Amino acid sequence: MYSHGSESLINQAREIQEPELQRFHSRLVKLLQGKELGHEAVDSLQRLHIILSATKYTRTLPPELQGSLQSLLASPAEQFQVLSSAVLRETLPLSGQEGNYTQENFIQLNNHAAALVLSQAGSRADLSSLCAQLLRSLESRQSDGPAASLTHTLPILNTVLTHSPDCLTEDHVTLMSKKLVDWLRYASITQGGGAPSGGFFTGTRSRQPVPIAELDGTVSGDFFTVLCVGQSFTEDQWMNVYSFSMLRHWLITYRSVSNGNTTADTDDRSEVDGSVVSMVSATSSSSRLLPPKERLREKAFQYCQRLIEQSDRKAHKKTDTDLQKACLVEAVCILDSVCGEDAALVFRAFPCIKALFGRLSSDLSFARVLLPIAQFYLNHGEMAAVDCESVWNLVFGRFPAELFDHQFLAHEFLRFIRLNLESLQLRVPQYSRSFPNLLKFLAWNSPAVVDDFVDLLPSLVTAGTAVELLHTLLDLPCLSATLVLQVRSTCLPISEPGGRGLLSLDAFRSQSFRGLFLFLLRGEAGSGDTIDRLSTLHEMLTETADWPRVVQCAQTVPVLLHIFFNTVIAIADQKLLAHLVQVMLERSSLLLNIPKYNKEIHRVFSRHLLLLCKLHPSLVVDQSHELLEFAGATANVYSKEEIYTHVVWVLGEYLSGSCDSRCSVMLITSCFETLEAVLFEITSSAPPPGADCPVPRVVTSLMSALAKLASRSHDLIPRVSLFLSKLRTVTRGGPVAWCSDEEDLVAIVTRGEELWSLLKAPGVAQSVLTPPQPVTTPQWHGDTNVAMPLQLRALTNLTHSQ
Amino acid sequence: TRCTVGAQHGSLFPDPHRLPGRCARPRGEPGALLPGLRSRRGSRVRPEPGAEPRGEASPAEGEDHGGGEVRGAASLSREASGRPPVEAVPGEEALALQEADGGAVRLRAGDPFPEETSALWLAVQSLGFTLVCEPHENLLLAEGTLRNLTRHCLETLHMLGPGSEVLLRSHRVDALLSRLLPHEQLLFLNHRFAHSLEKKAAAYAAK
Repeated sequence: MYSHGSESLINQAREIQEPELQRFHSRLVKLLQGKELGHEAVDSLQRLHIILSATKYTRTLPPELQGSLQSLLASPAEQFQVLSSAVLRETLPLSGQEGNYTQENFIQLNNHAAALVLSQAGSRADLSSLCAQLLRSLESRQSDGPAASLTHTLPILNTVLTHSPDCLTEDHVTLMSKKLVDWLRYASITQGGGAPSGGFFTGTRSRQPVPIAELDGTVSGDFFTVLCVGQSFTEDQWMNVYSFSMLRHWLITYRSVSNGNTTADTDDRSEVDGSVVSMVSATSSSSRLLPPKERLREKAFQYCQRLIEQSDRKAHKKTDTDLQKACLVEAVCILDSVCGEDAALVFRAFPCIKALFGRLSSDLSFARVLLPIAQFYLNHGEMAAVDCESVWNLVFGRFPAELFDHQFLAHEFLRFIRLNLESLQLRVPQYSRSFPNLLKFLAWNSPAVVDDFVDLLPSLVTAGTAVELLHTLLDLPCLSATLVLQVRSTCLPISEPGGRGLLSLDAFRSQSFRGLFLFLLRGEAGSGDTIDRLSTLHEMLTETADWPRVVQCAQTVPVLLHIFFNTVIAIADQKLLAHLVQVMLERSSLLLNIPKYNKEIHRVFSRHLLLLCKLHPSLVVDQSHELLEFAGATANVYSKEEIYTHVVWVLGEYLSGSCDSRCSVMLITSCFETLEAVLFEITSSAPPPGADCPVPRVVTSLMSALAKLASRSHDLIPRVSLFLSKLRTVTRGGPVAWCSDEEDLVAIVTRGEELWSLLKAPGVAQSVLTPPQPVTTPQWHGDTNVAMPLQLRALTNLTHSQ
Repeated sequence: TRCTVGAQHGSLFPDPHRLPGRCARPRGEPGALLPGLRSRRGSRVRPEPGAEPRGEASPAEGEDHGGGEVRGAASLSREASGRPPVEAVPGEEALALQEADGGAVRLRAGDPFPEETSALWLAVQSLGFTLVCEPHENLLLAEGTLRNLTRHCLETLHMLGPGSEVLLRSHRVDALLSRLLPHEQLLFLNHRFAHSLEKKAAAYAAK
């Protein structure tokens, strides 16, 4: 479909050579000099545009061509305005010509030329002068002037607001506030133009003004808004639309918060006390007495209330229904904003918002409107002492559970949480318990939302639910599969004739396994860390391991686990950490069997096991029973070598009296014996059928761990030495069944010899293999006051100075 | 505002699996740029005093305005949904639009725009249409606007058909955008206002 033609055009444009380009330029200049510009000119200009925009290096045009293009900007034919503006925007302005348009002619420029000038505005001063011209033109408006240039004033101003709001002076802001009030509140309520097309009211050319209508066809009884229709519109009705379109941005940019006596407003035009202003705004009839900014706020308030009322009407067209929803969102957001500026408005706004919530809360197709409403409750609910529980039940309960597959909602929902994280944690107690629900967004569409969860996950980690969260994260791919099954279950018939007959779908629908799936689909944490029959669940979901959603989800789990562990370390006590270690050991063999998933999770576990034990060495003694159980199972050497290596390492490193005084000789001995048995087993025979040879690192870790343990209990040294020398003898005899690579074998044997010779001097072995705490800190080696070699060097320098 | 529509020249997001070479390069590398998005960038105002003139030939990052992110999101979304692609032909624009995938991508502050933005996207077969919105903008309105613009582009530019002429008619897209999204401002248009603007755009196209 989209083809070769376009791709080759772009490639040609990128690769055009300089001479050819120059010829093209001169051809174009000649063409543009002609009197009548036709299709060929349009085509050439379009090609020039493609050439300029195909690469990211901005080209300069020869001055002649640039000049022709600039004069084209004023062409009566709009095509040439569009094309020349587009082309010039891709180039640098000629030197000396910046600021060319900041003279008085800006307002006479057509829309496309104006866009060009804006894009080339080089400094705040330029922008300020453009704004000044714009606003002057608004002020001294002739009623029979051309309409086109006026309507785009507001979008231009909107652009300025985004980039440089200080370009407008206080006077400008006041002027604009007044004009906005006029357009928003006092636009005509009759239909525009006497267009002699007959209209649909009457066929006669009567001069009688026809009133505007609501979206459901009834005659409008109040002021004009964007939700009013007519056959054609007057200019001020157009300005009503443009004004409302930029209203929220305007109000946010020129916010001033009046709280009590102080106004954080630089434009402090009101001489009245802040509190008096609030009282006045509570009664709309006296709004004429308000200063312009506050008056605009009041009119915005009324406009939004009217929109909310209008949105209840049944529109005839679908696009209008969609617009009503968008207007609801905007209206609630604007109300939220103005209530933030003037707290007294909260009491006027709340009844309206509450009624709206009541009207919409049962209809999930309004979910995206309910989010700004929730924001309103979050911001102002406390002040108005309103009970927000039903709002949060809806937002954290129903939305994720029923709308997890709505992409746009997911985006807005997660953004809402991110922007209000502190507030939610403070005011919504069920927030941190709602992670099983929230994670449904991630399970369904991981790539789109994982970025949000990277930011959100830390807030969901609490000491009370950490273990359950860990289990949930590990089973995210299962949740992903379950959600897919849930969706399919509602779409597909009960029995597919001749279909594949998904085992997992049958399981999902069957009564006996329902409970397992329901646990995954739960909405709130607190009912249990995980289920007993997890392995059964995994078995039933085996066929889902290659479903795209499941695979994408599995790819995000390691990242989230890292974040989880990094967060939990800071808030966990010893007991919780011990529990987490147990979970890691247990779950390392209890994961959904997705290719590479197990390996990745093991890698994460290994890293964090190490970090945990490093921070809290006494954990090893504490959990020695579980760790030994894990280390004693030879099968683990083959199936989980990454974790196994690390478990062995932490045992060797931290199972000592210096780390924890509860460490007895008996414990050391029993650990020794467990590891020794495994080492014997794996180095005395070939690996079990189906398994590869043990990874060399496992063998050397075991040897090192044994040596370390022996250095703490010298009775064990002869046993280790015996083993190591036997090892050397056996390997001298040629290849062995448990190691296929000769280099690896050499490395293993070398390590063995090093340990053996170290253990010949038990005292040395002890200080090397079980160094006292301070020695492991860098200071020991870097601080002259502590490190012997440095002390000696210092003394030498002092005594041998010439 | 920063409402950029990656629908110029036909919004080039050709299917990455079909086009080897430049367009399939990862974001940030030279040549990974999508022309349509960049030409809209020129309309953004540069307010800082003494701002360097645009277009020093420095391989600035983020030059593709998040196009790479959207491309990735679109293809992953399609992969996940597992639906077979619908091949619609000219005349079936409404169907193509109905079957279109859509979503929203978060673009973090600084990457590529100074503040955090949301990139709303629609994917119709191998065409992508993107609208980048600022934090204060109404996403529900933006979604509706994006759908409307997409429909127009598909219909008036016959984008469902083969042919490279679309690239040569990008000025029509510009003209349409200048009315429905003037200076990148989202507009609250009911069907009567929209009809009026679309009539003007159609008059332009007819010339």
